[in-house]
Amino acid sequence: MNAINRQEEQAIARSIIEIDVNNHPGVMSHVVGLFSRRTYNVEGILCLPVGQSGLSRIWLLVNEDQRLPQMIKQVEKLEDVITIRRHNADHTVFRDLGHFFQSS
Amino acid sequence: MSETLTGAQMTVRLLERQGIRIVTGYPGGAILPIYDALGQSTVIRHVLARHEQGAGFIAQGMARVSGLPAVCLASSGPGATNLLTAIADAKLDSIPLVAITGQVPRAMIGTDAFQEVDTYGLTIPITKHNFLVTSAEELLEVIPRAFQIAASGRPGPVLIDIPKDVQTQAIEISHWPEPGGALPAPATITELTEQAAALINSAARPLLYLGGGVIHSGASAAAVELAEKSSLPTVMTLMALGAMPVDHPLSMGMLGMHGARYTNLALDECDLLIAIGARFDDRATGKVAQFCPNAKIIHIDIDPAELDKIKTAFIGIQSDVQDALNKLLPAVKQNSRKNWVDRIQTLKNQFPMQLPDADNPRSHFGLIRTVAACLDDSAIITTDVGQHQMWVAQAYPLRRPRQWLTSGGLGTMGFGVPAAIGAAIAEPERTVVCFTGDGSILMNIQELVTAAEENVNVKIILMNNASLGLVHQQQTLFYGERLFASQFKAMPDFIKIAQGCGIQAIDLDQASNPCATLMEAISRQGPCLIHASIDATQKVYPMVPPGAANRDMIGA
Ligand SMILES: Cc1ncc(C[n+]2csc(CCOP(=O)(O)OP(=O)(O)O)c2C)c(N)n1
Repeated sequence: MNAINRQEEQAIARSIIEIDVNNHPGVMSHVVGLFSRRTYNVEGILCLPVGQSGLSRIWLLVNEDQRLPQMIKQVEKLEDVITIRRHNADHTVFRDLGHFFQSS
Repeated sequence: MSETLTGAQMTVRLLERQGIRIVTGYPGGAILPIYDALGQSTVIRHVLARHEQGAGFIAQGMARVSGLPAVCLASSGPGATNLLTAIADAKLDSIPLVAITGQVPRAMIGTDAFQEVDTYGLTIPITKHNFLVTSAEELLEVIPRAFQIAASGRPGPVLIDIPKDVQTQAIEISHWPEPGGALPAPATITELTEQAAALINSAARPLLYLGGGVIHSGASAAAVELAEKSSLPTVMTLMALGAMPVDHPLSMGMLGMHGARYTNLALDECDLLIAIGARFDDRATGKVAQFCPNAKIIHIDIDPAELDKIKTAFIGIQSDVQDALNKLLPAVKQNSRKNWVDRIQTLKNQFPMQLPDADNPRSHFGLIRTVAACLDDSAIITTDVGQHQMWVAQAYPLRRPRQWLTSGGLGTMGFGVPAAIGAAIAEPERTVVCFTGDGSILMNIQELVTAAEENVNVKIILMNNASLGLVHQQQTLFYGERLFASQFKAMPDFIKIAQGCGIQAIDLDQASNPCATLMEAISRQGPCLIHASIDATQKVYPMVPPGAANRDMIGA
């Protein structure tokens, strides 16, 4: 079982965004705030620190939308964002999480 | 040699080291340690506003005339929430502002302590960046960085929230950080400016479109030089007024919603639009799909997120405007563009900006023109928000960058008076004139007391139409003349209010020779309110109705 149902994936094109950020309180609010103010739903979020670097990596799963390139530029401008990369929906990061997300 | 200082003392010292000489604000419990330290400073003068929003706009006035970050202070809770509007206003107009707020002690954060609000959370979407400081040590990094962020690239507001116990925490300091300043912008890519120059050289009907970024970058002279070298008719946004003198032969004044008809019609005809430090705001473009329908676009902006945001650029250049112009200028050929310049002149003759009744000082345009006639270009002009703002934008002969301070992006009523006070404090040798309305002035009327206390050279021209003119206009034109909540039934006696606040006041309605009375009031040193009744049925024309294309203007 995958986190994203394959049929669903075909129906809505998804993008996966990988963001390296400084690891401190508030950074997540800055990033997701840019999405929420546009009523742009974030379908999935994963975030963990990256080794001992003081950085965290945020993975976002979002629906394809014409606003995405602009969103990425806005995220890139945040002071605590180091890098941002966009991947296609076939990226595996969210794949094996499905069993944590089954309805009971 | 090391010294032991509290977080509050460090904050003041770091501000001193930043070169800050004037701060403005309003005290309260959670910021009292900083106020205590500020009181000991022999270097920094504190201007006490009468409301935190007033303090925010006073700081904005200082920043807008100088181009340098200005500082305002407020306490936690209601102090911080009162600041929000001024911070949001600075964000939308890209004004460098450093707001410092007190916060409840760290251990009490999150307990709904007295006067606790999540200032950090509240200011995320309205600042360029914000900080919640968690130790005195951190101030050494955060304060210079706040100034650096506020001033670098596209300027903007930065908020620093400092818990009270961080302010009182004492630490030993042996080394001070360098003050934070604007970082150099990345160098312009020469290849792109060369392509842009080639496009300009080969265009038949190019127009220059200047935005507030030209002012922020200090690039007005270079922009005018480019216009002159290549004979580029030039439009300005509300934020860019003053970048090119309005009476320059190439100036077509403001574009968009309340621009002249010939200006908007010319935009329809251009084959190349050179947008510099402008962001294609909806008040400028009208219906975007029909904005400059025949033009390729060259877009120069320091903020990469502005490129392709509203209109896709044929050539997008992320660059400091001044740097890009420096590279562009030598590559652009001298060109007289006789046909195109003649065409613009023809349009201008056919559809000129009309300022009816401009000779009558008791009319709105006449009043604005008479005020202008009393002043030279060294004066600073601020406005509030409404019809009066647009009329001043249309009719005042602005000729100098940073001469014009107005709330463009947020359109905040209440901006004018405190911004004028800030401007006058920052540049006391100048006369500052604030055009306001009877609605707007009441939004920060308490700052008249600040004006009196500081004895600033501010002349407030109150254009009183006993109504919320712009709302009145919209209801008349677009809501079937159903006037609702836009006419004041009770009117204060503004003359008495001003006098009661300790500033001089005159009523032009009572003056037998309004021009002479105005001249005398403006020439007299110190703050003065000048009251003038105007006709409530006057409209700001021409006008692009909401949602329409710029060519479909109504009125005049
Ligand atoms: C804080 C704020 N509230 C509401 C508005 C909406 N608004 C825009 S113009 C206007 C009327 C302004 O009236 P006044 O200051 O008397 O100026 P006039 O239009 O009459 O020249 C209003 C209510 C605003 N821009 N700002």
